[in-house]
Order: sequence, then structure tokens, then C-alpha cells
Amino acid sequence: MVKMAGRAQEEIEKELAKEYTVLTYADYEAGIKEGKLLGLQCASCDKITCHPMPVCQWCGSRTLERTELSGEGELETFTVIRVPSEGFEDDTPYIPCLVKTKEGPSVVGRLDYDTERATQDLLGKRVKMGGAYTYKGDKFSGGPRTCPVFGVIE
Amino acid sequence: MRDVAIIGIGHTKFGRASKTSLELFSEAALQAVDDAGVGLKDIEALFQGAALPGFEEGQVMPAGFSAAELNLDPIPATRFEGACASASIAIRDAALWVGTGEYDIVLAGGVEKALMMGTSFATRTFAMSCHAPTEGPAGLTFPGVFAMAARCYAKNYDLPLDTLREKMARVSVKNHRHGALNPLAQFYKKLSDLKVEDVVNSRMVADPLTLLDCCPFSDGASALVLCPAEEARKYTDEPVYVLGTGQGSGGPLSKMEDLTKPVSRISSAKTAFKHAKLSPKDIDVVEAHDCFTIAELIALECMGFFDWGEAAEATAEGQTDLGGKIPVNMSGGLIGKGHPIGATGASQVYWIVKQMRGEAPKGNQIDPVPEYGMTDTLGGDFGTLCHIILGRSKRKE
Repeated sequence: MVKMAGRAQEEIEKELAKEYTVLTYADYEAGIKEGKLLGLQCASCDKITCHPMPVCQWCGSRTLERTELSGEGELETFTVIRVPSEGFEDDTPYIPCLVKTKEGPSVVGRLDYDTERATQDLLGKRVKMGGAYTYKGDKFSGGPRTCPVFGVIE
Repeated sequence: MRDVAIIGIGHTKFGRASKTSLELFSEAALQAVDDAGVGLKDIEALFQGAALPGFEEGQVMPAGFSAAELNLDPIPATRFEGACASASIAIRDAALWVGTGEYDIVLAGGVEKALMMGTSFATRTFAMSCHAPTEGPAGLTFPGVFAMAARCYAKNYDLPLDTLREKMARVSVKNHRHGALNPLAQFYKKLSDLKVEDVVNSRMVADPLTLLDCCPFSDGASALVLCPAEEARKYTDEPVYVLGTGQGSGGPLSKMEDLTKPVSRISSAKTAFKHAKLSPKDIDVVEAHDCFTIAELIALECMGFFDWGEAAEATAEGQTDLGGKIPVNMSGGLIGKGHPIGATGASQVYWIVKQMRGEAPKGNQIDPVPEYGMTDTLGGDFGTLCHIILGRSKRKE
């Protein structure tokens, strides 16, 4: 018998329904808004991926499970923005920062700190996520975007 | 793979242009074709860098229109986008395609019209090559990214931030001095005797980087004609050979181990050296991606010209100036010459070729002419890196 070319629609639909994303960016942002820093635990190398990616950011493995980070870490670096991008005028000056979390991965966010007192000695200070910042978005951003806001543990 | 040579070069004046991107690129292309002594009908493919044409002139797919503008259609014409490294990756692909034997004579280069966007919108569009989901809401700008890297540099090497700022300022002083001597530069005859204090005390953009730590927004274009190395002397007595290229990709800042040691740049430079069978000590001149003063220091360390943490002091000692260990950005670099982002990689190659022909402006020309030169181009916050090693003689067997 000659095999008929083509596949059953149901079979194609079943294949399309397969989910590759363990933690979506939308869920990650929703977590930040609730004060939770969500990430992914790798079963292969035991390390944590954050922000969420489809595979482990350290070993590339696909054996990931959702987890929650403490939100605590160390301030790696920061800057005080004095000349902003269009759309950020009202925030200026403000402090984007890079935080090395206790669990391993680094996270970009904002630092809640007096911009006139933000000096180099802040580097290495302990910080903790204390809230969320939501950028309202512009024509190009694909809607609003949220990042964590960190505070210095004095 | 066949070896490849550059036989023609073109470069518009950088700065503010009233002409369209299509006109600017055509001018650079026609200069390059004339310089090579080839006809437009000899061009078999176009490789064009252009980073933000959709935002600048509402023009997507500029490569096809550039080809048509020069009556090159229907040859394949492709836009390459790797933010500020767009032209370099276009040139690298052009060299690879000529190397395979698919084409003999091709045009490669790039164009940008960023200045007309104005600082606020240009800053927004440049920041689009940051990681939009995480770095977008944080409000990172490009000066912001390198300001963060500068702070890491000071911490890594136990430098008081003010000491580093003064050392970084020397990059701006040097590059503006050479830019002021370059008639094609945005700051030609300007800022030639800048002082360290001028840089440190100029307007703060992203702490600790000031306006004079930053390159400007610019308009401009540059183009090259490439052909197989064995054919090059049919067209010119002074071919410059592409000895090695490398390309690397990074990711979001949060994935980087150390902002002062981007793996994408280290890996790209290593690949280029491996292909060229050369090492940093062989190189006589570098055009490095000094989008910000700190960026030049990071670039030179990643390429292996200085040990980690030593480029700042070496720059302060004049080791990267004319007569130093390795002259860097004798064209003025991005800081002095201008940075039309999609054109920058081609401009860097143009100025290495000019050095090798002994045709750089007086005060910028290395004497005797350099045998080997290298370009370093960075796109995004270490997202796209490209290196090209050039030589006056063919690759060693």
C-alpha cells in the first residue's frame, strides 16, 4: 500500500502544544512585583539560573525546575545616570546596578539610594531586593517592563 | 579557503551630514571602487553594516536600496546588524565569502546617520542593543554600561576612582589630539589640546564617565573593495591582506563574570590571531573601539597588548601613542573621529590601510609604515565583537 503524504492535524497540534519554557518572563516579572525573585534550579549542575532562560545559564542543560531566590546579594557595580534615554527623564538621576545574588547568578536592577551619596565604597556592600520598578514602556519596548529594586543593608 | 585582499577604500567626512544614508554610502562606495580601479559592474555582492536605519530614516532593508542606487541590482546585497560592530561583521563575512570562491570582487562597508536623532532619542535607540527585558527597565544607557565597567576596573585593581578617571582621561586627550589632525574626523581642528582636567570636569553623563569620556553621535559611511589575494596586484601596487578575523558573542550583562574581561572579546581576538598566525607583539598599529575612554583600556587588555589592569598606566605613560609600544587610534578613534555606528568597523579598516600606504595625516602617520595592523569593534554591551588583522604581505604559510 502506498503511504499517503501528509500528517493528521491532531498530531501536529499535539506537537505544537509542547512547552519548552519552564519559567516565562511574564511569570518572572509578576514574581518581582510580589517581592519574589524567581529562578530556575538545574538538576545537572545544581546551579541557579536567573533571570529565566530556556536552558541552564551555566551548563546549558534543559533539566530545569522553578525555584525562588532569597533576593539577597552583593552590589557588583552601579552608575548614576545623568543623561537618560528618551522616556526616562522623570526618573533622572537614577541608579542602575548589577547584583551578584547569594545563590550565584547576577541580576540587573535599580538601586534605591541617594544619588548624591552613591560613591565607589558601595561596591561589595550587601543588598536585598526591596521592591519592583516598572517602566511604563514606549512604542518600542513591547509594553511595560519590570525589574527588581535593591536596597543597601547598612 | 583563498586568501583575501583589500584593494580599494572609501570614507566620507564624519560629523553632521545633510545627505541621506543612501547618498553617504554611495559616496564611500564610489571612492572605494575608483581607488581599486574596478568598475561597478565588476561588483558581485554587497555586504553593508547599518545598525539603526529604521529609526534614523524609516528605512529597513537599506542594503538592497544601496545596491540599486549604484545600479548594482540584482546582485545579492545584505545588511549586517551587530550594533556598533555592524560594518566589521559585514567585512568579515565579505572576506569569508570571497575566501570560499563564491565571489571574486565584493563591496563591504557600512553607514549610519545617528546625529540627526538628537541625544535623547539616539540614547534610547543605542540602548536597544542592551538586553531589553532586564536592562531596559533598569534604564541602562551605553555610557551607563561602561560607567559600571569603569567602577569594576577601579575595584579590581585597587585604584581610587579619581585616579582611574585621570588615567582614562588620557585616552580622550590622545584620541582628540589625533582626531584634530584628521580632516575626515568629526572634531577636525577641534579639541586638539585638551587637558586631563577638561575631561574630568566636563558634564557628568553616567557617573564616573563625563561627556569627554564619550564618543559623539555621528553621521558617515565607509566602504572597501575586496578580492582574492592572488588577483590583488592586478588592481593595485599596495594591496592590504586580510590575515585573520574573529567574531564573538556575549549576552546580557548579568551573564558576564567580569565586566572588564568580556569573554566575547577575548575569544574573538584569539581567533583572529590564530588565523593570522600572529600574536600581539607582531602588531604595529591598532584601531580599537574607544566608544568610551574605559572601553579602550578594556579592549587592549582583552586583545593581549597589556596584562590585566595595566592598560590604564600604560596609556598614562604614552605607550599607546605615536612612538609608544603600540600606537592605538591614530585616526582619532571613535572619540576624536566620530562614531557613525554602522560605518565604524569599515572606517577602522580604512585607517589601517591608510597607515600601511603611508597616507595617514601628518602627526598621525606611523613611520616607518606599519607591517601589521588590527581592528577591534564592539557592538552592544559586549554582545557582538569582531577583530580583523591586516598585513602588507600575504599570510605566512
